[in-house]
Amino acid sequence: MPAFPKAADTSTHNTQLRANLRHATHTIRAKRATAVAELDDWGRLRAAGAAIKDRTLRHLDHYLEQLERAVTAAGGQVHWAADADEANRIVTELVRATGEREVVKVKSMATQEIGLNHALAEAGITAYETDLAELIVQLGDDLPSHILVPAIHRNRAEIRDIFTAKMARWGRPAPDGLTDAPADLAEAARLHLREKFLNAKVGVSGANFMVAETGTLVVVESEGNGRMCLTLPDTLISVVGIEKVVPTFQDLEVFLQLLPRSSTAERMNPYTSTWTGTTDDDGPRAFHLVLLDNGRTDALADTVGRQALRCIRCSACLNVCPVYERAGGHAYGSAYPGPIGAILTPQLRGTQSELDASLPYASSLCGACYEVCPVAIDIPEVLLHLRERVVEGGPASVRGTRAVIKPAKGHAAERAAMRAASWALDHPRVLRSGQRLASRTRRFHPRRLPGPGRAWSDSRELPTVPAESFRDWWQRTRTTTTPRHGDDRNTP
Amino acid sequence: MSSRALVMARIRRALADVPRTEAPSEVAVERTYLRRHGDRTPAETADLLAENLADYRAVVHRTDAAALPALIARLLTARNATTVVVPPGLPADWLSATEVRRVPDTAELTPHDLDAVSSVVTGCAVAIAETGTVVLDASPDQGRRRITLVPDHHICVIGVPVQVVDSVPEALERLDPSRPQTWISGPSATSDIELDRVEGVHGPRTLEVVLVTAANPPAEDAVFLTSRPHQAS
Ligand code: SF4
Repeated sequence: MPAFPKAADTSTHNTQLRANLRHATHTIRAKRATAVAELDDWGRLRAAGAAIKDRTLRHLDHYLEQLERAVTAAGGQVHWAADADEANRIVTELVRATGEREVVKVKSMATQEIGLNHALAEAGITAYETDLAELIVQLGDDLPSHILVPAIHRNRAEIRDIFTAKMARWGRPAPDGLTDAPADLAEAARLHLREKFLNAKVGVSGANFMVAETGTLVVVESEGNGRMCLTLPDTLISVVGIEKVVPTFQDLEVFLQLLPRSSTAERMNPYTSTWTGTTDDDGPRAFHLVLLDNGRTDALADTVGRQALRCIRCSACLNVCPVYERAGGHAYGSAYPGPIGAILTPQLRGTQSELDASLPYASSLCGACYEVCPVAIDIPEVLLHLRERVVEGGPASVRGTRAVIKPAKGHAAERAAMRAASWALDHPRVLRSGQRLASRTRRFHPRRLPGPGRAWSDSRELPTVPAESFRDWWQRTRTTTTPRHGDDRNTP
Repeated sequence: MSSRALVMARIRRALADVPRTEAPSEVAVERTYLRRHGDRTPAETADLLAENLADYRAVVHRTDAAALPALIARLLTARNATTVVVPPGLPADWLSATEVRRVPDTAELTPHDLDAVSSVVTGCAVAIAETGTVVLDASPDQGRRRITLVPDHHICVIGVPVQVVDSVPEALERLDPSRPQTWISGPSATSDIELDRVEGVHGPRTLEVVLVTAANPPAEDAVFLTSRPHQAS
């Protein structure tokens, strides 16, 4: 993967991508503000969401053990995966044991993070993505560029062309004379996928939430492809990050209000499925839960970075981010683009590679992401913390072991980081639009957070950006950066 | 070391800053958010439910228990339905006025069989007014999850006011987590193509919701139903 600024420059010169992205993020941003404004108690829900996640994270061992007991008691089987390879191996073996060579998949960030489709393909198993956007991405041999709408970088004409050219290779071909009307494209996807759903024997999913107390899993979706994959197959395998656990069933009352409004700007998403283990004659007869670490415990060990594990993947931070809007999702080089990707990826993977070291710099620190985050993750705070780690090194947890990271000085990593900062700072519009947003959304701040969150929220209005030290750093390193990308200044 | 033990050990090491004596319940969670957003009479709550369901393109009908069978018959005829899936515990009189062939929800019914069925009629566990949501929990009047998924037309009957709550917190209080649930807010939809909302991808493309009031509603309730606030000028 090229470091952030290089990838970002490729996409900023792709005007189609930029226009699609800009249209999409601005549309959803406005709708979201309306949906959030409907609830007078948004700030209190947000504080409760953050506090529930903090409680869970501070006692993650306790809640995971409780979850495991509850899932097992309800007829499910729990597997533990320390890293991506192990998770892929577990899923592959589970699929093999069924004797099947095909699985249907619900859109899932966790399986994308671990590259499950690729691992299954190597084992001769075909994974069919069934979310419309994931289907577009899979048929187009492309990568997702947004958490919620992974094919946001494609417009309707491109989607029509992909369907027409590629559907036949994966199953039922696109109808003759397919138009680019969204309704016709959705209908083509319905017909193409229906035969897969009706014959599917194995489903693979992630989950939005897991309830420790009851062993209940929750999948939030819109199209019904999730319901198909969760209910029709004989075997269901869910790969879920260990941070997705919440203590009680009652806690869902907070997240089922925060997530849809923050994500799709709806009062409620069309379909939410919950299941607890297996149920006789209703849904899969076998249920496997694969609990995934893959760097999450490293993030957990960082008392500043830990808050990134509160993320409920709503994607609101992407839609307000001026850097994401310019750079596009692919530039972030992982399943997690945008502001959350900039703080999550370097924690899950470490800051040793050029790309991962550059991600904390892929930001103008405008604070808009923090303002919209439904679980009040102070993304700018974590960005600064990670920048410090890249430049100065220091203690960190690496694959579960305490280690001391060496400063990146003079390394490729630091040069990549500087180029990312240079990229963000050399796009004045990125900075300006970010600042405008920040002031507009200030009212969504929770006054303060209860419990351990209090210390950092007490004195905070906007996220405080230590401008001096950053500027110092900037002055100090400026002279060695690559040439400025001045040609981008005039682009709207 | 097993991966379970490895991950658990990593977690405990990562949480070195958390005092060993701290109990999970000591991490404060202030539930100062609202139990519901606004005070409504039961009739107003039902109106809000109807409004929000319609906003997400469910087709909403209102009737009373006596007229329900005729309404269901009419809806099935209007769709040219030839077959209808029937959950095992659906009240017998709901389908008493229709000739459409019944397909019982049995374990033998395959997804392919269901794909050939026109419609499905179910009750519900609870409905949420503020979000325009109906929740199914696979009780006998709702059947297995798949019967409301594969057929293209779902008629869902809600008892008013007993099955209607205002808010998400009130709904969760009523639900049993051990039962598989499907929360439905309008028909299947996608916004994946340029964020244009398109109704109907994989789930039923037509969701008809019938709000049924008790056979003899109190007089003032009946009056209220005919003068819904957003219709009055
Ligand atoms: S960081 Fe916050 S705003 Fe961004 S995706 Fe996660 S929950 Fe949503």
